[in-house]
Amino acid sequence: MKAKFLIPLALFLALAAFLGYGLTLNPSVVPSPLIDKPAPAFRLARLDAPDQQFGIQDMRGQVWLLNVWASWCVSCRQEHPQLVELARSGKVALVGLNYKDERGAALDWLRSQGNPYQTIVTDPDGRVGIDYGVYGTPETFLIDGDGVIRYKHIGPISREVAREVLLPKIAELSRAS
Amino acid sequence: MRVLRKVGAAGLFVVALVVVPLAQGADEATPVVADPELEARVQELAYKLRCLVCQNESVAESRAPLAVDLRNQVREQLAAGKSEAEVVDFLVARYGDFVLYLPPLKTTTVLLWFGPALLLVGGVGGLLYRLRRRAGEAAPHLSEEQRARARELLEGGAAAHPEEPRK
Repeated sequence: MKAKFLIPLALFLALAAFLGYGLTLNPSVVPSPLIDKPAPAFRLARLDAPDQQFGIQDMRGQVWLLNVWASWCVSCRQEHPQLVELARSGKVALVGLNYKDERGAALDWLRSQGNPYQTIVTDPDGRVGIDYGVYGTPETFLIDGDGVIRYKHIGPISREVAREVLLPKIAELSRAS
Repeated sequence: MRVLRKVGAAGLFVVALVVVPLAQGADEATPVVADPELEARVQELAYKLRCLVCQNESVAESRAPLAVDLRNQVREQLAAGKSEAEVVDFLVARYGDFVLYLPPLKTTTVLLWFGPALLLVGGVGGLLYRLRRRAGEAAPHLSEEQRARARELLEGGAAAHPEEPRK
């Protein structure tokens, strides 16, 4: 009973631990309910050939990344070298979803920054973006061979994210399929 | 003359600033939307939805492009005859419960809903327990000798003590 005075201290430390953990969380990253669900279907015009369409069924059997980007998006420019590197590694196919962008501006952007995408589809009014729960660019979805979303990265992909998160997951999914 | 002309022009300008809006304001404001009833439903629902870009604004208030898109989605779906609950389900399926200002009651949110009440009940319960225990405590037992000494002290029996030497 002597240690009774320690109870408030213990309560305080427990509260401080919870609040401290809260500080390490990023409130702008909202977990997606789409993880482990089939990727929403779309059929959209291609950026390079607007008269042709492309859909997720064209990626069946492959592990691929769906990267939501736009030429007006500053952080997309920041992550772009990482995407080029990922594409060059040959470990994963990249599909771009050009979100609420203008065709001319998007093409100019790719010409100056390099094009890591196997295919780019355009979503000028952001409707497919809503289906994917996109609320900010860039966002990247990792989709497996069965067309199921396995992971979502919100914000620019850094070198660390590519190496420590994406590549191991890609390797694991590629082995499984 | 030049100065006078300038003053005159400025005066006219001020009059125009005051009069023109007055003249326009005289008419009833005409509704901007085709279907005010639908718009009221859109607004009512949009106030319950959180804008994911600004997070502390509702979809109704936010001017973020995504909020505009979501308002359009809500309007379109309500106009197509969907119920409010169906539109909410549509958004929750894409953005998660985070899009709702009023989180649903489920196993992961039980603590969120009942935590404060639990703390209140626990706190009041603990306080009552302590008070009751203290009230139940018997007065300390004193021997006859101790009682006499206490009485002496209380009744100004300072004489019982040797007086402090005064300076």
